[in-house]
Parts: sequence; structure tokens; C-alpha cells
Amino acid sequence: MDQLQLQRELRDYEAAMFQQGFLDDQFSQLQKLQDDSSPDFVIEVMTMFFDDSEKLLNNMSRALEQIPVNFKQIDAYVHQQKGSSASVGAARVKNICATFRSFCEAQNRDGCVSCLQQLQKEYSQLKKNLKYLFRKQQEIKGGGGAIPTGE
Amino acid sequence: MAAAGEIFRSNLTELLEESHSGDDELHVLAVDDSLVDRKVIERLLKISSCKVTVVESARRALQYLGLDGDGENSDIGFDESSVFREIPVVIMSSENVLTRIDRCLEEGAEDFLLKPVKLSDVRRLKDFIMRGEVKDGEKSSLKRRRSSDDCTPSLSTTFSPMRHLCDPPSSVFSPLSPSTLSSKKSRL
Repeated sequence: MDQLQLQRELRDYEAAMFQQGFLDDQFSQLQKLQDDSSPDFVIEVMTMFFDDSEKLLNNMSRALEQIPVNFKQIDAYVHQQKGSSASVGAARVKNICATFRSFCEAQNRDGCVSCLQQLQKEYSQLKKNLKYLFRKQQEIKGGGGAIPTGE
Repeated sequence: MAAAGEIFRSNLTELLEESHSGDDELHVLAVDDSLVDRKVIERLLKISSCKVTVVESARRALQYLGLDGDGENSDIGFDESSVFREIPVVIMSSENVLTRIDRCLEEGAEDFLLKPVKLSDVRRLKDFIMRGEVKDGEKSSLKRRRSSDDCTPSLSTTFSPMRHLCDPPSSVFSPLSPSTLSSKKSRL
């Protein structure tokens, strides 16, 4: 597969992620922060986001299993998740957090469980998509090409 | 704990000495309890030609500035040191809670940034701080600008640029939860 084709595929894939709402403008902001002095900035931030999210999702899961459920604690985790999602442009994940917080406030365990499942699903999908994106970028770099910068 | 205070105080001295080097670079103390946000704000500031120190809590920020009251020379406080009173403080939060924001501004914060912070926010803020013009009229117009945003939930962070001693130092970004806010209020 030649460089040009790789680059085209990468651009299309990235565009689709924005169009489908996985990513929003804040992700573009992160891309603007990447340059020669910080060439892996986006991957570094997203890796931190992945680690952070996985920890939070585990915490939420464990907290929901407790009896009685500590909704305040779960809300705090969701709040953190919402914050970091917003900071990296993980739009779909962020949006679920808003609903999740409402359920926490209402102390609705079933609602919380449902939101957690959605969160896990969206997060997994996002991680998978981004890892694919990063892999493609590495391929292009490896081939000596430049990653097409976001418009 | 006294030893830690010493170390932080000597860092501060170095910091002030470094900033005496004559360049016009803003030194910002950024405070945020989110690892991801710390990474992002650090990069935002660096790319905007600021020197950056990032810490994870208000407590750490105060330690860094030598204001935690733990060391031997803990008599330096906000009341007595005009240098620290001059450091502008900027609040960051993902929640647009006007009462909280107004309270921060009334307590002396220069500005409020709604998260997620963008490059344009940092640039605008940097220009504003570098101009060093903080009149009451300008302050209230800043408040009005932020009032129009809609609500998003979150944790507050504040942002502190520190300039060299020749000019009034720039602001402090630090985390503000409602409880931290009240403790900060009593200190300020």
C-alpha cells in the first residue's frame, strides 16, 4: 500500500470519527498542540486518558457492587470521567457521563448500571478506533511520510 | 515536613532568580488534580511560550510557593507579602456555576476559563496578563463575557502565571472545589 493511499485512508478514517461523534473539536485542539518539539503529544495524552478511564470504570463498577451503593462516590468518578473526556474531545463518552450523573443524583442504581454499560461500550469502541488511527499514523511515519494534519 | 518546605522555598528562590534573567517569559504555576488536564494545560502553556510548573493540588501549590505554613519561615503570608498578593489568579472549571465564579472573582481572581481550555483561551489570557492592565472596568467586562456560557459540570482548577519581580507576578491556576474555595478565602 503506497503512502498516498495510506494518507488518504487515514484522513477518511479520522473524518469519520468526527462525523460519527466519537471525537469533537477538542481533539482537533490537541492535534494543534502536536509539533516537532512534541511529536507524540496526542498519543501521549490519549494513553493517559485510556489509563485514567480504565481505572475510573473499574472504580465505578466496584462501587455499584457495594451494598449500599455510595452514589456520591460514583458521581465523583463520573465527574472525573466527564472532565477528562471533555479535555481530550471524547464526545460520546462525555455525553453518557451527563446522563450517568443524573442517575447518581436520583440514586437510581439500575440507571447507573445501564449507563456504566454504555460507558464501557463507548469507551471500548473509542479506544479501538484510536488505536487503529495511531497504528496507521505509525505506518505512514515508518514509510517516511508525514501524517496529514487535521483541517 | 520542615525539610520539604525548605526544598520548595529554595525552588521558589531559583524560580525568581531565573525569571530575573530579563526575558519577558511568563512563568505559570498550573494546578489541576486531573492527570490528563495537567498534561494538556502544560502543553497549552508551553506552546504559548510560557514557562510552566504543574502541580496536582492546591496544597502542593502553596508548598511550592512556600506558603504552606510548614517550614521555619512560615511567617510569610498573603497579608504580609505584596509579591504574592500581586500574583494574578485565574480559575478554570468545567462547570459554569455563576455564583461560584462570581465569588472567585470577588475574592480577587483575574479571570475564569471554562474547560476544556483551548489554545485561543490561553493566548487571550496571556496577552491580557502581559499587558498588566487590570482595572475595575475591565474586570467586570471579563465577568460578563463568561456569564453567557451554558452549564457543564465539573471540578475547578486555577491557573497561576508568575512573572519576575520587576513586574507584578502573573496568576495562579489552582484547583478549587467548594471546600478548597472556603479555605482559600480565609487565606486570601
